[in-house]
Amino acid sequence: MEKLQARLVGAYEHPTRFAPDKSLVQLHTEVALGAVADAGLSLSDVDGYFCAGDAPGLGPLSVLDYFNITPRYVDTTETGGSSYVAHVAHAARAIDAGLCDIALITLAGKPRSENKSASSVALALPADRPERDFEVPYGPTVPANYALCAARHMHEFGTTSEQLAWIKVAASHHAQYNPHAMLQKAVTVGDVLSSPMVASPLHRLDCCVITDGGGALIVARKEIARDLAKPGLRILGTGEAIKHQSAGDIDLTFSAGKWSGKQAFDMSGVTHDQIQYASIYDSFTITVLMEIEDLGFCKPGHGGGFVAEGNLISGRGKLPFNTDGGGLCSNHPANRGGMTKVIEAVRQLRGEAHPAVQVPDCKIALVHGTGGSLGTRHGAATLILARED
Amino acid sequence: MSTTREYIHPEISPEARPFWDAANKGKLVIHTCRDCGRGHHYPRAMCPHCYSADLEWKETDGHGEIYSFSVVTAGKDLPRYVIAYVEIADRVKAMTNIVDCDPDSLRIGQRVKAVFRPSKTGQNILLFSPLESL
Repeated sequence: MEKLQARLVGAYEHPTRFAPDKSLVQLHTEVALGAVADAGLSLSDVDGYFCAGDAPGLGPLSVLDYFNITPRYVDTTETGGSSYVAHVAHAARAIDAGLCDIALITLAGKPRSENKSASSVALALPADRPERDFEVPYGPTVPANYALCAARHMHEFGTTSEQLAWIKVAASHHAQYNPHAMLQKAVTVGDVLSSPMVASPLHRLDCCVITDGGGALIVARKEIARDLAKPGLRILGTGEAIKHQSAGDIDLTFSAGKWSGKQAFDMSGVTHDQIQYASIYDSFTITVLMEIEDLGFCKPGHGGGFVAEGNLISGRGKLPFNTDGGGLCSNHPANRGGMTKVIEAVRQLRGEAHPAVQVPDCKIALVHGTGGSLGTRHGAATLILARED
Repeated sequence: MSTTREYIHPEISPEARPFWDAANKGKLVIHTCRDCGRGHHYPRAMCPHCYSADLEWKETDGHGEIYSFSVVTAGKDLPRYVIAYVEIADRVKAMTNIVDCDPDSLRIGQRVKAVFRPSKTGQNILLFSPLESL
């Protein structure tokens, strides 16, 4: 089985959640500088660059012009919020193939200050999107797309709104220790259920936050990683998958995580009980519940029982998740949550998470991202990361 | 409870034109493969199951079944609306709105029938309504 040699050596999350006074490329710059500093490197060391649809202008051309660097390798894989999770895998393979030595991945966005709330506006898709005419007239807001999954999951498996609410409760329990989290108040199941219905069966508190900000990551050749101040993290397993409407034969009860997760576990040789911490994409509570099933932490349809009663709360449950508060409470910059998922896993594996939520002696962590919409088309990317032995 | 809303006009791609022409006559057609026999939606220029170009437009009786639905709160002072996937033929589901109904009384598995309403440009849009209310 393939073993990746490159190491994840740098991570930085922008502390802002509201940045009306900064340009988009400025945010990309600040997170890039933050990540290279975290790794003990300089922007001039970067010879590989990875970005997705949130980057301004013509992606790497505009951003690299602004940075005034000329990397020899770029990748603009665009699978929505899961892009940055996939970029880690792509960067590692590019480095192992000798295409670059030090790869930078950036994400930034300002949906909050630009009032680009995805929650109440139907997606105005451009005319050349083939699905446009068959979706846009019906007002498919982002919450509505995920609500279609939630409603079907409830119908087939008896999943309840109370069970979904436990996911928000767990995220909020963690967020109270994160001074940068947009929502820092611990909430109860009752708080979630009494919040306004956005798209049945999803309430407002079943949805993630909308924030400005961003983050960046550095992946480097093993020999370079060895000389850096902080220990690099191994990338034991990677997986990627796309799922869509299957030309009308769509099944809303599972996500592409079923396929990306299997790839990552198979490649890593790691078992589910060895995962001590999981960053799980949390655009909505239902996203988490389906992904936990699809990744194999429980049987299909059993996610409701798994997430209930605090099982995702660090120090209390079996699967500590999103200990920064996740997208549900802390940060979902550019309406894309994959970057912050990787960053919190890095903190956990380095022992840099808040002491109240740090998993003791965290050696192996999973990161899972979803991008696009579970109700129509989405990409999934999974990573299994580990501390050096 | 009003579920009336304005429908954004379709751009209408050339390969889907017969679907929209049929809608303007109050008919639901499904692009179906003459080689493998399967239908698909939305309509494509090839069969997305066997890649044959030998396709035909099959008219249905317009009956379907709700596969999933969500009642969407559009905003303050705006009417709620129902977004759904309706199974319109064997293994063929279409995104749609359920109209002329009490949103709170809908259930998954409910039988519905195609109805058509004009968009702003006058092009008919495919919608569904509970069978018993017709």
